[in-house]
Amino acid sequence: MSRYIALFVQPLLALALAPALVGFIRWLKARLQSRRGAPVWQPYSEIRKLFGKEAVVSHTASWLFRATPFVVFGTGVIVASLAPIVIVPAGPLVVGDVFAAVYLLLLGTFFLALAGLDTGSPFGGMGASREMTVVALTEPTVALSIVALALNAGSTNFSQIVSRTLAEPSAALGPGHLLAFAALFIVTLAETGRLPVDNPSTHLELTMIHEAMILEYSGPYLALIEWAAALKLLVFLALAANLFMPWGIALSLSPVAVTVGVVSLVSKLGVLAVAIAVLETRVAKLRLFRVPELLSASFVLALLAVMSTFLVR
Amino acid sequence: MPFGNLALLVMVVGYAAGACLSLLAPSDRAARWLTTIGAAIGCIGGVAAASSVLATRVSVDATLASLVSTAGGIVIHLDLLGAFFLLLVAALGLPAAVYGIAYTAEYEGRHSLRVFGLMFNGFLLGMSLVPCAGNVFTFLFTWELMAIASYFLVMTESEKRDTRQAGLWYAAMTHLGLVLLLPMFFLMAGGSEATAFADLRTTAAALTPGTRHIVFVLALLAFGSKAGIVPLHVWLPRAHPAAPSHVSALMSGVMIKLGIYGLVRVTFDLMSGGPAWWGGLLLAVGCVSALLGVLYALMEHDLKRLLAYHSVENIGIILIGLGAGSILHAQGLPALAAIGFAGALFHTVNHACFKGLLFLAAGSVMQQTHTANMEEMGGLIKRMPQTALCFLVGSVAIAALPPLNGFASEWLVFQSLLAGTSIQRPEIAVGFPIAVGMLALTSGLAAACFVKAFGISFLAMPRSNHAAQAREAHWSMRATMILLAGGCVTLGLAAPLAVRGLNRVIDSVPGLSAGEPLPRSPGLWLVGPGGSAQVSPLLIAVLLGAIALAVLVALHARGFQVRRADTWGCGRISQTARMEYTASAFAEPLRRVFTALYRPTEDLSVGVHPDSRYFVQSITYTSQVVPWFETAFYDPVTRGARGLAAQVRRLQAGFLHLYLLYVTVALVAALAVAWWFK
Repeated sequence: MSRYIALFVQPLLALALAPALVGFIRWLKARLQSRRGAPVWQPYSEIRKLFGKEAVVSHTASWLFRATPFVVFGTGVIVASLAPIVIVPAGPLVVGDVFAAVYLLLLGTFFLALAGLDTGSPFGGMGASREMTVVALTEPTVALSIVALALNAGSTNFSQIVSRTLAEPSAALGPGHLLAFAALFIVTLAETGRLPVDNPSTHLELTMIHEAMILEYSGPYLALIEWAAALKLLVFLALAANLFMPWGIALSLSPVAVTVGVVSLVSKLGVLAVAIAVLETRVAKLRLFRVPELLSASFVLALLAVMSTFLVR
Repeated sequence: MPFGNLALLVMVVGYAAGACLSLLAPSDRAARWLTTIGAAIGCIGGVAAASSVLATRVSVDATLASLVSTAGGIVIHLDLLGAFFLLLVAALGLPAAVYGIAYTAEYEGRHSLRVFGLMFNGFLLGMSLVPCAGNVFTFLFTWELMAIASYFLVMTESEKRDTRQAGLWYAAMTHLGLVLLLPMFFLMAGGSEATAFADLRTTAAALTPGTRHIVFVLALLAFGSKAGIVPLHVWLPRAHPAAPSHVSALMSGVMIKLGIYGLVRVTFDLMSGGPAWWGGLLLAVGCVSALLGVLYALMEHDLKRLLAYHSVENIGIILIGLGAGSILHAQGLPALAAIGFAGALFHTVNHACFKGLLFLAAGSVMQQTHTANMEEMGGLIKRMPQTALCFLVGSVAIAALPPLNGFASEWLVFQSLLAGTSIQRPEIAVGFPIAVGMLALTSGLAAACFVKAFGISFLAMPRSNHAAQAREAHWSMRATMILLAGGCVTLGLAAPLAVRGLNRVIDSVPGLSAGEPLPRSPGLWLVGPGGSAQVSPLLIAVLLGAIALAVLVALHARGFQVRRADTWGCGRISQTARMEYTASAFAEPLRRVFTALYRPTEDLSVGVHPDSRYFVQSITYTSQVVPWFETAFYDPVTRGARGLAAQVRRLQAGFLHLYLLYVTVALVAALAVAWWFK
């Protein structure tokens, strides 16, 4: 029974933490740029404010525009329920494996891109086109990183990948794991719309990707999409952390283990958030047509990861 | 008479009656109805026959030995593998036939609906009998019937130049396949006079490895030209758009699958599988077809050509599954191989379902907008809401997104590729991760392509007057689309059950079978190699629905309000369709990324005022992407054929004396030969 409760609690916990993660990155970036910056809990206020407003929907938009926020939010929550974030989900309500998680996120992006086209605004179309280009080019890297992990575990189930790494700590420092981690980190930046692929704080027409796609959203719809985007960032970072360095994750549901799980999650996310904040302060956004070069570099890293796993075996 | 034979008889009689009666129909309207009624009876018979074989595992046999007895007579032998493909043909044939009643109404008075009815039923008859054939003659005869009838169906709108060209390409490619089939069967017989498939199985087993390799390569080329593997796919993007939409649905949904049937029948049944390199070749061909198919689909703005290129892509995915399975089988891992085979066969069913749906929906749209060009559509989601929803379901399914059927079969194919990495020989195993990368890129690009196809055609504002005045399609057409959309959803949610059924088929074929009963998938779960990975499309759908509903209720409990306003437009007065993103613009980033492959030609001409070049009067920009490897590969061939034809034409000089000389020479030569061999 407690397994089922854990499956409900984990996504709720992830939802609760996600805005803080975004707020922390923003605050740290501001500090690094010698600004005071908004407090870490600012995103909570923003989401609360948006939920209280009315939604403005374009005359041109169809039902698809109004359905999309629910699809995006729903897929994000499902992925949070089956990924190893605080605990390693197991049991009959874990609806899928790594591939399912990747394709669920792709489903959300698919609908978001359609919604971008639905309002007939050129910005929406531009964002949709760019987002789908970037997402399509990240898919092979994601799949190959999965293969690199699954090669050791012999399975694409999250729980088996995690338990395999825990059982064999030397593999975590092997070349296969490290290269796959580097590849997945680049993909994380691309998929979650961070620099150098996309700038989350821009509203300049020519450079927007994700922001352009959701430009027409307002009120509770926007709140759902922003929240889902924060959740996606948290899930990706948690995956990068826990698939490669799972130590500290709760294997049982005892209060001690779960507390350790939460603390270790927060500290791992903190480290990765610092990395992102430093990176975003240091690098400029790439021109759109240079992005494929970055993504093909990540693909090569993932391919090397798989090949080195073959060699080591 | 046993039930199976009776059902088959009903099927043949239904099609034959449909063909003859529609030819003799008193009016166009009657011809339309008779075409459909005959085809529908035939399809129901086909479904019944196939289901009875699949349910009882008892094959249906019938022989007409006296008919064309020199060639071995007509032999019908419907086993599980054949029944699976017959079910596919008949199950898609029924909605396509019903769709045809309203869809062909606009042909009245313009084209002969009587000949159309004859050919449509002949096409269905041919396709239904190919998987039933039990000897070489029956197989080739029905294969040709299918090819010729479909040629005439492609040529329905023969007044168009494009259609005539498409017909020529189609006829040439399909007969190239036939020319390769004859030596293939000849080699398989191994010098004996065997023509029945049951006998070929024994003669093929006695062949030398070298001959078996040649037979396999011939089978891959011959059936590949029907299935549309790269580079033999050239007829697909030409013929599919030219044919009426419900015929395209059948051609793309099932006819090209009979290429897969032929390949499986010859390679895995009659020859019961081969060495690992056969699988490697299938895997490589599959990867290339999948990736090139989707890449060229992205550049298409003609809705039906786009769908045709996606058929090339999906045939590639099917071959990836078959290839991965047969490598694993050859390496002695038949239980893992079964996942690849199940993925391939399941994708065959799924592709028939969603591609049939997409072609029918595209047909409804084209009937209303009078164009296949996506740049002239738009806004149809409001004018044709049900058609739009059906197209959306098809798009999500073909983009392999959960929880629909495309996801389930692609998941299985991915799992089989992953299983391949566990092969202990690194030189073989190393190919699998590369295939994973290519398949993942393919599915990502497919998602991008269907965002384009659905987003540009159905969303935002109408881009032409026709699109603005579009009305919802006739109810019978909508009903067939809704049926197929329901099929996509059901096959997705009930994927574990479908896979259980497919395992029966796999068990019955020597080259696919694991030799031991496969582990049954538990309940709602699709299971990966060794029972390790699991996914449940049904639970995903339930969770997604529950979360969305919970959020919706929570929002409305707080007094959620929506206000309608204009799209924000930087201060412009009113929004027009010309401000929208176009299909070309949408695909532009990917065109730039893959420019080395596409090699687009661009032509920019600027018309300036005679007095000053600073006053621009007109700008014309055209850009074209022509698959370069098609021209590089086929241009020399067509040029050679034309040159040869020109040489031959010299014989025909127009002098009567010359012709009399030919006759005399031929007569003397014939007499000489007869005397020589006396």
